[in-house]
Amino acid sequence: MTVSVLQFGGSNCDRDTVAALDHLGVDADLVWHDDGLPAETSGVVVPGGFSYGDYLRAGAMAARSPIMADVKEAAENGTPVLGICNGAQIGCEARLTPGAFTTNESARFQCEHVHVRVENADTPFTQAYEEGEVIELPIAHGEGRFEIDDDELDRLEDDDRVLFRYCDAEGDVTEGANPNGSKHNVAGVLGEHDHVAVLMPHPERVSLPDVGITDGQGVLQAFGR
Amino acid sequence: MTAYTATVTVRLKGGVLDPEAETTQRALERLGFELEDLRSADQFELDIEADDAEAAGERAEEMTERLLANPTIHDYDVDIEQR
Repeated sequence: MTVSVLQFGGSNCDRDTVAALDHLGVDADLVWHDDGLPAETSGVVVPGGFSYGDYLRAGAMAARSPIMADVKEAAENGTPVLGICNGAQIGCEARLTPGAFTTNESARFQCEHVHVRVENADTPFTQAYEEGEVIELPIAHGEGRFEIDDDELDRLEDDDRVLFRYCDAEGDVTEGANPNGSKHNVAGVLGEHDHVAVLMPHPERVSLPDVGITDGQGVLQAFGR
Repeated sequence: MTAYTATVTVRLKGGVLDPEAETTQRALERLGFELEDLRSADQFELDIEADDAEAAGERAEEMTERLLANPTIHDYDVDIEQR
């Protein structure tokens, strides 16, 4: 029962994720993409970074690497899969989750703390929170603007598959609280099933008590259930 | 077999915001140029050996669908020319 944290050339949040999971008492190992997904994998995290130098589009190359076929198969068999930041871009490019994360409205790389509101607390990744709860998470991305066809966004919202929205400290979802121009302030979404999710903010960076804020722990606790 | 070059142009779908194009347009305007709009696109040239232009086009389209474009945000064109 070990969570596999994938490593591609250019991943850089892989060890942070393992450290955060370790702190939560969840066994986790780094898995180099070329080695394939170990058979005993109990969960998968596709971590942040700049896989393949963000060539072509962020996440495009990694999404088409053979290990992602293993991840899709594991997801279909019920294994929880979480994509964080570059892992979220990879998840959308691999069609594990809908939409795409593309260039920030500012056209700049943004590294800051943001607030997000928990939109659906009935998933493994948000069960630790209350619906409507506001948590503080860091973002660090140049391509984090959630883009999706309007009809598909309607369906996503109707199906309650938006996990988090960018909001202000009071929980109001406003244009000013949207750091990157994401449609309807979407910061994280679910795939077809609630055990597959991606989000642009970094829960693993606010999970160790030494950092001061531990709001991200609840997301990673999905793997301890 | 004949040698072809497939030119694949990948652009954002209408209505999808292009912050880099907007920034580029503003830079041109700062230089004193007048323009109504600016759109950017990626272009790929694929050298392909195929039986005929149709087969070359099909292969280029498959490559575009699989990797070069993301159908969520992109439209694309493929032009085939004999080399």
